[in-house]
Amino acid sequence: MTAYGKPLPVPDADSRHFWAGCRSHRLLLQRCRSCGTHRFPAGALCPACRSREADWIESRGRGTVFSWITVRHPVPRDVYAADVPYVVALVDLEEGVRMATNIVGCAPEEVTAGMPVEVAFEDVTAEISLPRFRPAAGR
Amino acid sequence: MWSLRDRHCIAGIGFTEYSKASGRTVLDLASSACLAAAEDAGVAVEAIDGIVSFHFNDSVPAIAVATQLGLPAARYAIDIAGGGNAANLIVLQAAAAIEAGLAETVLCYRAMNGRSGFRLGGGRELSAHGVTQYTAPFGWITYPQAMAMWCRRHMIEYGTTSEQLGAVAVTCRANAVLNARAMQRQPIGLDDYLASRPIVDPFRMLDICLESDGACAVLVTRADRARDLRHRPVYIMGGAYGGGPNQGEDLFDAIRWPDHSHNYARYIAADLWGSAGVGPTDVDVAEIYDCFTYSVLMQLEGLGFCKEGEGGPFVADGRIARDGALPINTHGGLLSEAYIHGLNHVVEAVSQLRGHAGPRQIPDAEIALTTAGAMTCGSAMVLRR
Ligand SMILES: [Zn+2]
Repeated sequence: MTAYGKPLPVPDADSRHFWAGCRSHRLLLQRCRSCGTHRFPAGALCPACRSREADWIESRGRGTVFSWITVRHPVPRDVYAADVPYVVALVDLEEGVRMATNIVGCAPEEVTAGMPVEVAFEDVTAEISLPRFRPAAGR
Repeated sequence: MWSLRDRHCIAGIGFTEYSKASGRTVLDLASSACLAAAEDAGVAVEAIDGIVSFHFNDSVPAIAVATQLGLPAARYAIDIAGGGNAANLIVLQAAAAIEAGLAETVLCYRAMNGRSGFRLGGGRELSAHGVTQYTAPFGWITYPQAMAMWCRRHMIEYGTTSEQLGAVAVTCRANAVLNARAMQRQPIGLDDYLASRPIVDPFRMLDICLESDGACAVLVTRADRARDLRHRPVYIMGGAYGGGPNQGEDLFDAIRWPDHSHNYARYIAADLWGSAGVGPTDVDVAEIYDCFTYSVLMQLEGLGFCKEGEGGPFVADGRIARDGALPINTHGGLLSEAYIHGLNHVVEAVSQLRGHAGPRQIPDAEIALTTAGAMTCGSAMVLRR
């Protein structure tokens, strides 16, 4: 694999299960063992009830577009010059959490609010896979 | 709720030149603006015993300015980590410190080489730590990219248009034309706005504020002292700082913010107006934090100048122009005067309330609103002459 020159996540004690899940193409979320609330980003405490007890569950990887932007001017220029235009979106997962991602597999002009999407992992380095989303199959 | 109505005043204002390349250190800029504010107030530098600033890891600490100015005994030297959200908070912090007896005469400043030095819009590290690990790897990096996400949501919810955003840019520029120290004074029309380069949809170049080198400072003291100083005092009527639930793990992060079609303003409105004892219709001039055109719409809605979702139509019909019912950003704002992170809005409000704004003076301005912040948290004040 050639050198990857874009920002990469640095997994920490809270997030390493999430990124390990992505590496095996599974979208893992925490579910509070006390109150059942799903949470993302990963954290030691459940913001709803402050419990530390949580299970990692696998998301179905399906959701809808809440909002999106189309990046046309690359910043940093040298890093993203070949990628523009690209779409960054906030996607609401069926499990009730929202995550930032890219929408791939369609033109930026085809993205709409509420569009059904599904996760599409991309292995960007030997250690990191990013959960991007594409238009849901059979929609 | 703020309970110190009219007990403190802004008695002095100071600022440096605003430029793209100051050729000066941030310490020089900060100290010069502070010195100018003290001189403007007619206060001896030796009498200053407090300094408050905010920074984004791009400035110098308050004790550095106290040292440069040779203050004999700074009793209150505070640095608040923050962006534009803190530009009014530092003034409230100064007044609260005076009320508590921690200081008597306090300078508030914001200083940076925001264009020639550390550029806030310039991108981030390739190693994404903390909450950034969930955003930067997707190429979601800059503040224009962050705020465009909010703006899009407002368009989805309410049908807000580019032309409505453009009205804010055109209004700010028209005001900057009258402001000798504004960095952008070339008049623009809506067609220029619409023709400006797409940066990150739905934002064009002219939706996005300037990057500036420069500094602003204000001097805060008790009202009974301010009345004996050089200029007509400007009273702090009311103020508030805050936001809603899920303000995020840093100022970029809004992954868990419930609804990006409104911002912090909704959450501080009741305290702001309640503390001041006035309401939106009493405001003669409003200096509204305009890091992006869209942030103005959200604050007008959240603070009750119009209903949620009606910010677009509100700004599009001339109401916010200098001869409209609610003149905004009479100096040109962050969009056209300079990006001193909102403290330049406070400086301008004081100039207006003193009647010192020259060709951009709003006649008989008695009550001014200043706001600071665009996303999940922010601050605002109501000032009067
Ligand atoms: Zn819980």
